[in-house]
Amino acid sequence: MSAGEGSIVQFDNVGLRYGTEREVLSDIAFTLYPGSFYFLTGASGAGKTSLLKLLYLAQRPSRGVIRMFGTDVITVPRNRLPEFRRRIGVVFQDFRLVPDLSAFDNVALPLRVSGVPENEIRKPVADMLQWVGLEQRADARPASLSGGEQQRVAIARAVIARPEILVADEPTGNVDPEMAVKLLRLFEALNRLGTTVVVATHDVHLLKKVPDSLIMRLDRGRLSDPTGALRYPPRRETVGQ
Amino acid sequence: MKALRHVASDRLLPQARIAGPMPWVIAIMIALTVIAAGAGLGLRNLTQSARNEIAGGITVQIVEGRPAERERQVQAALSLLDELDGVAEVRRVPDEELKALLEPWLGPQAASAEDALPVPAIIDVKLAGSVTEKQLKDLRATIVSSAPSARVDAQARWLQPVFDAAASLQWLAVGLIVLLAGTSAAAVWLAARSALGSNHETIEIVHLLGGTDAQIARIFQRSVAFDAALGGLAGLALGLAAVLLLGKQFAALGSGMVAGGGLGPVDWAVLALIPVIGLALAILTARLTVLAVLRQIL
Repeated sequence: MSAGEGSIVQFDNVGLRYGTEREVLSDIAFTLYPGSFYFLTGASGAGKTSLLKLLYLAQRPSRGVIRMFGTDVITVPRNRLPEFRRRIGVVFQDFRLVPDLSAFDNVALPLRVSGVPENEIRKPVADMLQWVGLEQRADARPASLSGGEQQRVAIARAVIARPEILVADEPTGNVDPEMAVKLLRLFEALNRLGTTVVVATHDVHLLKKVPDSLIMRLDRGRLSDPTGALRYPPRRETVGQ
Repeated sequence: MKALRHVASDRLLPQARIAGPMPWVIAIMIALTVIAAGAGLGLRNLTQSARNEIAGGITVQIVEGRPAERERQVQAALSLLDELDGVAEVRRVPDEELKALLEPWLGPQAASAEDALPVPAIIDVKLAGSVTEKQLKDLRATIVSSAPSARVDAQARWLQPVFDAAASLQWLAVGLIVLLAGTSAAAVWLAARSALGSNHETIEIVHLLGGTDAQIARIFQRSVAFDAALGGLAGLALGLAAVLLLGKQFAALGSGMVAGGGLGPVDWAVLALIPVIGLALAILTARLTVLAVLRQIL
């Protein structure tokens, strides 16, 4: 299989700069394959969040090519971007829950955005809230939830629509170790169903908890791949088939 | 299915109110627009009615100081007019009517005394159609040949300055309506931008979750529509009350000319349509404002 063939995401010579500052990301080139589990590591300020922003289409690069789901998303018309965003689940580092909506409605948001009928929303959202242990807090507004609870709502919202790619920025930063492992298991379960998972973290202990994961490392805006994930398709059964 | 999708997208966010004073601003704008439109329509009806009334009207004055000669020329003009084609009605204005007209200026004795200021005899002529310049010229030539002291004028000419003033007032009303519409749109634009600013975080989240510009715009449209409907109804009630009150005041003047300025069923329907148009304008403004702001983000 040649590089890029059968991929879900492909970055080629991508650079990103904000305004006239120096590039925060330089010469980024990698390929993500369907059903793989990637960790993106690097010190604070290495550019992890910037790279994730490119992945969840919140930012256009300053240069280079990004292909997602077989389409060049740099040149795709702006009005087509929502259809790509709906295929991506995002766990933001700062959760970004809608303050005026309950936990239930926050989790239901991606389904409502996609036009899922109301009668098909209640059960999956309730199940998801139960899964993250927040079934009793369904009606609570984000302001009355703890940091860990908000993070779990954010994760539930990211995965409720069964995205093809899940992008998570430090998703276990505010939860206890037990919940962190539970959330990782949720990501793994999604991954087994075919979702490509990209988790940005600076927690090296987390990497060991997902044995089949591949690691991308960012250092001052440049990428290295200690596991060879960026050079070769991963050797997992789901990849490329 | 489409309806269900609308329901789903409408529940994206809680009802985001645009701004507290917005219904009041819209109510005032709609009330002023209804009053301006009512005045404009009334003026249009008034001038139209007056125009119709005097469209074919011609006044023949026999300006002759000698009563006997004046009477001879009046009779000559009357018999001539009776035989002319296109003349629908001929009426000599009775002396009593003339005296009554002059009384306020000359006093009762001056107008009736034999040696008083000679008053011209007046013949009121109605043509079958409107008076053209050529008709007037021909008629003038025909009458003067039998009644040399005759002065023939179209009645519309006397009232032309009044019509011109009324037309100016109508344009003023149209200008006011356009200005009010512009001001309303500007108010909605400002309110929508302000609401977008205060909901920026939420909008960005919906946007990043795959919400389309149309979905987000719909949230604001719904809010503006609610405010505009509320304000529009209040404004319409206020405006109609003012128009009715002004109508009563003018009717009390008892002037025949002002009576022609009443509003007909179509005019009332036009006034009732103003809040509907206002609502559409507010929704359109909100939509365009929100879409323009959203286009600035990826």
